[in-house]
Amino acid sequence: MAKTPSFKLTKAHVPWLKLGIHLGALLPLLITYYQAFNDQLGGDPVTALIHFTGLGAFKLLLLSLLITPLARQFKQGLLINVRRLLGLYSFSYAFAHLASYVLFDLQLDWSLLLSEIVKRPYITVGFVAWIILFCLTLTSNKKAQRNLGQRWQKLHNWVYLAVGLVALHFLWSVKSDVIEPLIYILLTLSLLLYRRGKLKRWVKNRINNTQISKK
Amino acid sequence: MLINVPKASAVKESEITDEKVFNQRRDILKSMGFVGASALLTSQSAQASFFSDDDKKTFKTRALDYAPAAKQQQSQAFTPEEKIITHNNFYEFGTAKSDPVENAQQFKVNPWSLSVEGLAEKPFTLNYDELFSQFPLEERIYRMRCVEAWSMVVPWIGFSLAALIKKAKPLSSAKYVAFETLYDPKQMPGQKNRFAGGGIEYPYVEGLRLDEAMHPLTLLSVGLYGKTLPAQNGAPIRLVVPWKYGFKSIKSITRIRLTDKRPPTTWNILAASEYGFYANVNPEISHPRWSQASERRISSAGLFSRNRIDTKMFNGYDEVASLYQGMDLRKNF
Repeated sequence: MAKTPSFKLTKAHVPWLKLGIHLGALLPLLITYYQAFNDQLGGDPVTALIHFTGLGAFKLLLLSLLITPLARQFKQGLLINVRRLLGLYSFSYAFAHLASYVLFDLQLDWSLLLSEIVKRPYITVGFVAWIILFCLTLTSNKKAQRNLGQRWQKLHNWVYLAVGLVALHFLWSVKSDVIEPLIYILLTLSLLLYRRGKLKRWVKNRINNTQISKK
Repeated sequence: MLINVPKASAVKESEITDEKVFNQRRDILKSMGFVGASALLTSQSAQASFFSDDDKKTFKTRALDYAPAAKQQQSQAFTPEEKIITHNNFYEFGTAKSDPVENAQQFKVNPWSLSVEGLAEKPFTLNYDELFSQFPLEERIYRMRCVEAWSMVVPWIGFSLAALIKKAKPLSSAKYVAFETLYDPKQMPGQKNRFAGGGIEYPYVEGLRLDEAMHPLTLLSVGLYGKTLPAQNGAPIRLVVPWKYGFKSIKSITRIRLTDKRPPTTWNILAASEYGFYANVNPEISHPRWSQASERRISSAGLFSRNRIDTKMFNGYDEVASLYQGMDLRKNF
């Protein structure tokens, strides 16, 4: 068991922590887009933007999933207050990722976008993850939480599927240098492993439900 | 008098990429305030030595004597030099596009030895100086299409691979040509371990059928933009096969071998289902993970420029079609 921590996060700390997250997430995004618009992002700013925002979304998603284990381990319950913010920034990056791909790479060739989503497994899984994160973002406010009641937690458990799909999307998108994606997959798996009990119950319930409905 | 009639496949004026060439590196430094900050922090003499140090570390290129490309091709603009020399796939120097320009500055190309060997009557070796003096150099403006669906227009300088092969007098048994990049892990960090080199088995090897190698379009390049090749672009000598995906155009070649068997090729070894031996540019055959129907032409025109263009069969070099008559290009991709 963890000892009583010598440092305790108080309510006064939370706004500062949030400010740090705002700055840490927004500034790199703004600087990178500024550089891209001014052609200071290497030979191909379009690809650089897509990679930066994609990896950024993944990092922020992993951070948001790290909050609960951290809060438990170090007995800092108030830490939970920043989880939603990290999740929202993760989707903001994912939004920028898809927008940059459609606007600057495919250049609004919608038919190409559709055929790529259907034909390319790495884009298919990435797109599904994006839709999940989009739904979670839409239902992230207090009102939706109240309206959905018990179903809210069930819906938000889909984040575990999303993070897995994001990891797969990264792995399948690279040409040969799989080391970096494998490191991220390891991080993802360890965060999922921490929740193995919850995931087991979730899967069991699903199986039970389908068996009941079959009867 | 030499009359140059541009082929239908020659790069046209309408394919203009951009004319703006600028010194990006200094601009970035300035925009980040490094130059200003360092000026405040250091005395003038310290600055002078700092900058001369900097210059010593950069890979040196020099102007070349060559026959310029035809006027019609000259009048159009190419992919800016700054883009061509900072956006490279050269995994020996790292897997990110910006790695080679960073890591190849100390690369030593003189002395160099390129051996032409195998099934030939007169195998020979060229040293560094001979790479530039044995064959008359000419400028060729080629489209370069990467398998990753981006492209450039590059003013190369070099000579026909055919001239080099003829000099070696190939035996009639020679059917293929095998190429090999320098293997020198001390100089090439990507060759030291699998992590840095993208999991590739080094040295990088490539190959062509003899008739492909003898085609007049096939170029051995020793320079671009009027100067010798920068290290990151494959100094001192590299292959350029403009109707094939870029990975066929092997860099920093030390060995060219005539053979009777189809030689192994690096990306084919790594992922045979994704990269074939032929690797001809073909908009109808997708890479398993992305479409090859269109490409993005690298330019400085900004994020909103409409630079996505349709990819053409054989990258628009239709004159090579006869090499593949009767072949199923879907099978031989």
